[in-house]
Amino acid sequence: MHIPDGYLGPVTCGFFYAIMLPIELAASKMVKKTLKAKQVPILAIGAAFSFVIMMFNLPIPGGSTGHAVGGVLVAILLGPWAACIAITVALVVQALLFGDGGITALGANCFNMAFILPFTGYYIYRIAGYRAETGSVRKIFAAGAAGYIGMNLAALLTGIEFGLQPLLHHTATGQALYCPYGLNITLPTMLGEHLLIFGWVEAIVTALVIKYLLKISPELLEEAHR
Amino acid sequence: MKITTKLWIGIVMLIVLSPLGLLLPKHFKAGVAWGEWSSDELYKLIGYVPKGLEKLSSLWRAPIPEYVFGDCKERGLAQLSLAYIVSAGLGIVVVILLVWFIGRMLIKK
Repeated sequence: MHIPDGYLGPVTCGFFYAIMLPIELAASKMVKKTLKAKQVPILAIGAAFSFVIMMFNLPIPGGSTGHAVGGVLVAILLGPWAACIAITVALVVQALLFGDGGITALGANCFNMAFILPFTGYYIYRIAGYRAETGSVRKIFAAGAAGYIGMNLAALLTGIEFGLQPLLHHTATGQALYCPYGLNITLPTMLGEHLLIFGWVEAIVTALVIKYLLKISPELLEEAHR
Repeated sequence: MKITTKLWIGIVMLIVLSPLGLLLPKHFKAGVAWGEWSSDELYKLIGYVPKGLEKLSSLWRAPIPEYVFGDCKERGLAQLSLAYIVSAGLGIVVVILLVWFIGRMLIKK
């Protein structure tokens, strides 16, 4: 889901940078209000987790690969605004240091994985787990559903961003200038992969870790939702 | 043991296991993620390299492309895995420093 440099045209890249700037500013304002000094290590753990879990590429045999983002889990633990900052940090390091995701596409990648994914996941968890008892099956299920839906919404957006490129930019002869595949290919591919496989991976990662944390440290989760 | 200590141990375990993200796709003959092809790979798929893509794709040369540095690529899976672990560790050190810096700025007013 890390869009590389060259797949999105300048219009799309500029658009998402323009959108993400105020979002990141709002995120730092929100975090400034709520973050306590002793929570900084948890924020660092969240960012580190998201960074490393994205290295676990899982194969579709003979096909492509994909991975969990871990962003929904971070959002459940830290709240969506802090998660936004944590995942942004992970994405920036991945892009600058390791060429995983483009510099020009960073705004779009942050929008998909650091904004849409944690926010969707967080609110689905809150709604589906509303008044569920700590450690109850419904709470774990809510975490899994949050991971699955958050991931797929991010994949849908990535598909739309890819697929709009041939419409936005092409040569006089109709040759693509950036991503060559249109929505008719990008949408079924991105959604198909994530609905069938990678969405479940995010769901399982989220549900399992939440289950474990609810068992060993329920106060950690309560703190985030106060 | 403090909960944060337990979680850090979890992160270190993930760093050590990170080569799985390299070995599993290799074993199952899976290529790169959809839409993340290099110019060469894209050429094989569609028979040309889109002009704008060609220009933008060479804009940034990451110091450790794809989490593998130097000539580890030609040296077999063991070295490749080691490179992956080192990259994961290095990446996480940078991530921690950045978060610490952001935390300081935000909390200190």
